[in-house]
Amino acid sequence: MGAPTTRFLLNRDEVRVDLPAGTVLLDVLRRERGLTGTKEGCREGDCGACMVLLGEPLDGVIRYRAVNSCLLPLGDAAGRHVVTIEGLRTSALSPAQRAFVEDGATQCGFCTPGFIVSLAGFLLSAPHLTVDAARDALAGNICRCTGYVSIRRALHRICAALPDRGSPGAPDRLHGLIAGGWIPEHFAEAAARLRTMGGTAVAAPAVTGPLVAGGTDLFVQRAAELLDAAPTFLSRRRELQGIRLEQAVCLIGAATTWSDLEDSPLLRGLLPGIEGHLRLAASRPIRHRATVAGNLVNASPIGDLSILLLALGTFVRLSGRGGARELPLRALFTGYKQLALQDGELVTEVGFDAPPEGAVFSFEKVSRRRHLDIASVNSAMLAVARAGRIESMSLSAGGVAPVPLHLSRASAFLAGAPLDAATLRAAMAVAQEEIAPISDVRGSAGYKRSLLGRLLTAHFLRLAPELEAGLLP
Amino acid sequence: MNHHEAVLHVRGEARFVDDEPTPAGTLHAAVVTSPTAHGRLLGIDAGEAERLPGVRAILTCRDVPGKNQVGTIIPDEPLLAEAAVHYLGQPVALVVADSDAQARRAARAVHVPVEPLPPEFDARAANARGELIFPQRTFARGDVDSAWAACAVVVAGRAETGAQEHVYLETQGAVAIPGEGGTLRLLSATQAPTAVQRVVAGVLGVPMHRVEVEVRRLGGGFGGKEDQATPWAGLAALGAWCTGRPVKLVLRRQEDMRWTGKRHPYSSDFRIGLDRDGRILAYEVFFYQNAGATADLSPAILERTLFHATNAYFIPHVRATAASCRTNLPSNTAFRGFGGPQAMFVLEAAIARAAAEMGLEPAEIQRRNLLREGEEFPYGMRMASSALTRCWTEAETRYDLPAIRRRAAEFNDAHRLEKQGVAVMPVCFGISFTNTVLNQAGALVHVHTDGSVSVSTGAVEMGQGTAPKLRQVAAATLGIDPERVRIDSTSTSRVASTSPTAASTGPDMNGHATRLAGEAILARLREVAARRLAVADAATIGIRAGQVHVLGRPAGFSWAELVGAAYAERVSLSAHAHYATPRIHFDKATGRGEPFAYHACGVAIVEATVDVLRGECRIDAVRVVHDAGHSIDPLVDRGQVEGGLLQGIGWMTMEEVLHLPSGGVATDTLTTYKVPDLYAAPDEVEVHFLEPGGEPAGIMGAKAVGEPPLMYGIGAFFAVHAAIRAARPGTDTHFVAPLSAERILAALSEPS
Repeated sequence: MGAPTTRFLLNRDEVRVDLPAGTVLLDVLRRERGLTGTKEGCREGDCGACMVLLGEPLDGVIRYRAVNSCLLPLGDAAGRHVVTIEGLRTSALSPAQRAFVEDGATQCGFCTPGFIVSLAGFLLSAPHLTVDAARDALAGNICRCTGYVSIRRALHRICAALPDRGSPGAPDRLHGLIAGGWIPEHFAEAAARLRTMGGTAVAAPAVTGPLVAGGTDLFVQRAAELLDAAPTFLSRRRELQGIRLEQAVCLIGAATTWSDLEDSPLLRGLLPGIEGHLRLAASRPIRHRATVAGNLVNASPIGDLSILLLALGTFVRLSGRGGARELPLRALFTGYKQLALQDGELVTEVGFDAPPEGAVFSFEKVSRRRHLDIASVNSAMLAVARAGRIESMSLSAGGVAPVPLHLSRASAFLAGAPLDAATLRAAMAVAQEEIAPISDVRGSAGYKRSLLGRLLTAHFLRLAPELEAGLLP
Repeated sequence: MNHHEAVLHVRGEARFVDDEPTPAGTLHAAVVTSPTAHGRLLGIDAGEAERLPGVRAILTCRDVPGKNQVGTIIPDEPLLAEAAVHYLGQPVALVVADSDAQARRAARAVHVPVEPLPPEFDARAANARGELIFPQRTFARGDVDSAWAACAVVVAGRAETGAQEHVYLETQGAVAIPGEGGTLRLLSATQAPTAVQRVVAGVLGVPMHRVEVEVRRLGGGFGGKEDQATPWAGLAALGAWCTGRPVKLVLRRQEDMRWTGKRHPYSSDFRIGLDRDGRILAYEVFFYQNAGATADLSPAILERTLFHATNAYFIPHVRATAASCRTNLPSNTAFRGFGGPQAMFVLEAAIARAAAEMGLEPAEIQRRNLLREGEEFPYGMRMASSALTRCWTEAETRYDLPAIRRRAAEFNDAHRLEKQGVAVMPVCFGISFTNTVLNQAGALVHVHTDGSVSVSTGAVEMGQGTAPKLRQVAAATLGIDPERVRIDSTSTSRVASTSPTAASTGPDMNGHATRLAGEAILARLREVAARRLAVADAATIGIRAGQVHVLGRPAGFSWAELVGAAYAERVSLSAHAHYATPRIHFDKATGRGEPFAYHACGVAIVEATVDVLRGECRIDAVRVVHDAGHSIDPLVDRGQVEGGLLQGIGWMTMEEVLHLPSGGVATDTLTTYKVPDLYAAPDEVEVHFLEPGGEPAGIMGAKAVGEPPLMYGIGAFFAVHAAIRAARPGTDTHFVAPLSAERILAALSEPS
């Protein structure tokens, strides 16, 4: 079977690649194009050695984002600009490269190209060019040699040297970066070149093969299968993206990426601190790709976003051959990795009521490594308490059951109950009865039970700090 | 500064094995491994696999033309399994195909029927059944058995440290390229090119001169490529030999994590006795080392465990015994510190328990027993300097340890849900291979006719900064700008019979060999200069900053002119030199000698915070005073301290290798095996280098710095331990590392 031709702009060159659309870009770069500056470290998006920039034409400019090429299917590069470390080279070192050299931020050097590419992504796309944002941009890059101390020194030097560059995507940011030698000049022509490539800007194709949204879990779990399939790429479906508020209901397109969530002033207003929770869950390059519905249909019992959305009372909108329908999110999960989706059915949108005035939203997670790790147990709470009474309560927990669990019984127990330590402790006992954790690499069943108790305590302390003495174990 | 290498790194131009362009027609190999941890191999069914597209060969032990053996210390490790399999993941067959995808697909289609035998994964149980790699060893001094009676306090306990996965970012790999006349060239990601050459020659049944092994650089090694790069190079070589085509074998991350060894887990029993003043009188320890299925480097690692059983302390009566226990896991191997960290952890656990018993700060006991200049290690060598005690004093005063403690105490008074702990970690690490024969190195220096210089040595650059240090040594020896010097790749054809780049000795030994080669050339050049300048005494001639000087004054004769003159006079501009570390010796029978060229020391103060509600910990600050001697490259050395430290913190608090009941590695991806990320690094890391005091050191007065800093990470365990005790006074936590969130919560939940 002849593979389709994929055309895209690779660094300075327009290229055509005749390989299955499900081939991960990492293999295309290294094996087909000989671009070996992009390294293979883990093939699961955990190390960042394979980082590239993916530039997507958007309203006449290109939005560049650092992504893990080991999880990026070739088909998703079609009509876009892919920049590798080779495409960041100029005759002189960029100020960022110079800082890495001068601060001793490289040792064995294997991870270094990935760091430099992530940094370029930060320069091009971070809303604010702060040290904090730079750390977040690089947190998905693992370095086993330096202990990161020299890398932090380099980051401080880089951020200190960065003048105000305007908002991401704006021509003045791009031209400022080029003028300062931070990125090569070919970036300036990329938008026009993509336009003249024409035709390759893929129209929404008919749904044929497997659906790929961000692919950040699919390509970890099923890369070999997807190679021979002809995936449909949902990142092309604009109508599946976006966040809006309609009659006090927050609606989020299924293919909205996590970075769109965290950058959304609307969502940050509704759920203060949401960006911190998302940052904890995945690296910025993964968040650039991972989607809302992807995290749900993955059906992991520990999915951070599933847990967050469950507590919010989220519903999902589905569309399939039989038309459209709506389900409460908690009804979507029917068993371990089992969903109430019918064949060919697609999640199109999720929605939840905007939390009422005075509501307390809390998210808790403990994992082996604090950042960018899968939780041992995670949990969320949305609660309203007034005048010593709990008006409403919604609790969820992950890692304690075969499905992401809405703690319905504990929630019901507390709704309308008095807000006191004894009641809250009794609810924790109820929660223990509705969970069934198992022992695995993320902890023993006993640990997960005990941890859920601690995380519920943390929620309740947020709701009623004055009850500390009565709540602490 | 690691400038030349770093420029290549940041531009993505630095090439690793998998990046080298391969000759046309290169085939790809994939490995078929044992599906069972222990059993009799009933055959290998490759019928289905052979018919798959692209498959060129499927090789088993019967295809090995020479010796089917890769064990270096003890020949107990077949390249491909013969009658039995001893761990899950043991190589059984090699598939060679046109592409790596085809090779992997075919490897999955090879069926390996095994009649299972009961596996053993536990070191103590293996010991009880007499399953030892070699007889247990004991280092002793004084009379431990009588000493207990004189002790005011005696405490005992158990301490456990887990395995640690190397997570070198570049996985194991090699490319084997057949040449004319039955030769073979290998590009191998190895710390030990000569070992690869020797083993490959043995496997192929050819003399070593037909095998060339070249290493440009490694994407991290940390000991994991000292012995365990060899099998993969051997397999690539076998594939190339049998097909007559170049063969590439590069492991995927998951394969690497499943099939290769880790830092040895240790389970140890200790007993420590002190007098009323906190002076340690007696220490007895038994180490159970989980060696895995084969010897690998376990004997040498176990020996270093015994050497470092007393770490930085003087203890008059000591008995340390160690058993290397054979289990059905992938053979464990070298990892930065090489058995030393495991030993040091046990003694710190003993001190912590004794301190709790005596109501003292552990640091009080540590300080009172710190090795002073002239005091003897149990193996008979004397502490040659006061560097260790100076590091302690400097750390205490420079960082104001009492103030750090005060801040932690105030924090703990003010916070109920978070508690802080402080620990001090002294390290004293012997520099040299404990196997004396390995303490030799070679260098080949060429001065080219344009005045540029190339240096080849046995040292492998893997990020530790040996190359920039060697460049400095060559430049300093010849009196020229380092920019004129290039460090070549490591090749067995240029410098032969080399030792692995390991034991922190790379810059020292290869630096001395480079110096000796440079001096040989310099002596010839002085004669040339003396003739050209009509100077009677060549000894009055020197070269500084690329200019010939006579009696310290510039003679208007440049380096380039001098080199040209030497060539014109038909004087050799090349030299090979050999260096053997002087004095060192060790008598294995008596357990005494002078096994180390010198000791590298330092002291770290570690501050940690524990979230009492959630059981999470954070290492807030680490402040180090480290003795690097006269550092050749302070930026490189700082990087070694910072990087080693975080690896140690990872080992102690976060990284945990877990196994399935089958013996397979459960944590076989970076999703399940977590190494520290950017956020896991302590917010504050301060490194101060001790003012050198003229003690014994390595090349140019510098001290080796590769391994010792890892052991500062042990302080992270005890800082967290202290924080737990602040939350739950009277808790005596189990000394089990890593002190993961789960273990912290268990300790916090224990009834006190």
